[in-house]
Amino acid sequence: MAMNQEQIFNEVQEVLVDALGVDNDEVTANSTLTGDLGAESIDFLDIVFRLEKAFGIKIPREELFPAESLMNNPEFISKGKFTEKGLAELRTKIPHTDISKFQNNPDVNKLGDLFTVGAIVKYVETKLNAA
Amino acid sequence: MRWIWIDKFTEFNSGKSAIAIKNVTLAEEHLHDHFPGFPVMPETLMIEAMAQTAGILVGEAKSFKEKVILAKIKKAVFFDYVKPGDTIRLETQIESITPEAAGTAGKITCGEKLIAEIDLMFSHIDQNLAGKKFPEENFVFTGTFESLLRDVLISANSSSKAGLGQDG
Repeated sequence: MAMNQEQIFNEVQEVLVDALGVDNDEVTANSTLTGDLGAESIDFLDIVFRLEKAFGIKIPREELFPAESLMNNPEFISKGKFTEKGLAELRTKIPHTDISKFQNNPDVNKLGDLFTVGAIVKYVETKLNAA
Repeated sequence: MRWIWIDKFTEFNSGKSAIAIKNVTLAEEHLHDHFPGFPVMPETLMIEAMAQTAGILVGEAKSFKEKVILAKIKKAVFFDYVKPGDTIRLETQIESITPEAAGTAGKITCGEKLIAEIDLMFSHIDQNLAGKKFPEENFVFTGTFESLLRDVLISANSSSKAGLGQDG
């Protein structure tokens, strides 16, 4: 399927508007899902289901929004912050996400800020190109 | 699920779709207040009826081993009133199901009339990402709703019944 980034963004925007009950103009590439758009844990699954349907792709558990496997590993997290090893793991696990700012203060509670609209668009793009 | 708000299933395709019906009667006391002189079924209770229909469908898909909790109302649009004496038909299908959750799409009709479209999400709460623990016993699926499946069980696969817990 040949879709450019703008088309993917528009589709992702529609998914998020429907899933989170937000307005079109609230969904920008930099908006964070939890902070700006008010997503809760069940919404992440809803978004995954809707993306799969909208783009005809399969999104394996933990691939788009990994958290569980990282959070429960003491090697990756120490005193509420990601360790060097944890950050390295993040980079390989979510290559679609820019963690350059996050690594300055890798507070676990700020992990949600990594999940932006732009990251979803990038993820979908990679997925579509691989198909 | 101890409060039963649907009357029976008329169709049940394991893991895929189900149809249940509910008869609405003026003997339901809330209808006298909703509204005086103009009794109509509250829309919230239509969502409840759909949640039970879809929740049992989702529960049966995993042989009633998971605790299935309504997690999100994705969509609820209402087109017409339901009045005492009406029989509503609740039709639902599973759109997606994963180890931790399921999404369903459904509609309610009364005769030929479309009453509502209700899409829901359910969580399998033992698989929640936060790792929270819940009581061992399955407090969602008890034997109390077994009678709902009485008509469909005769022809359907036996797994539906085998998974039911004891009445709590």
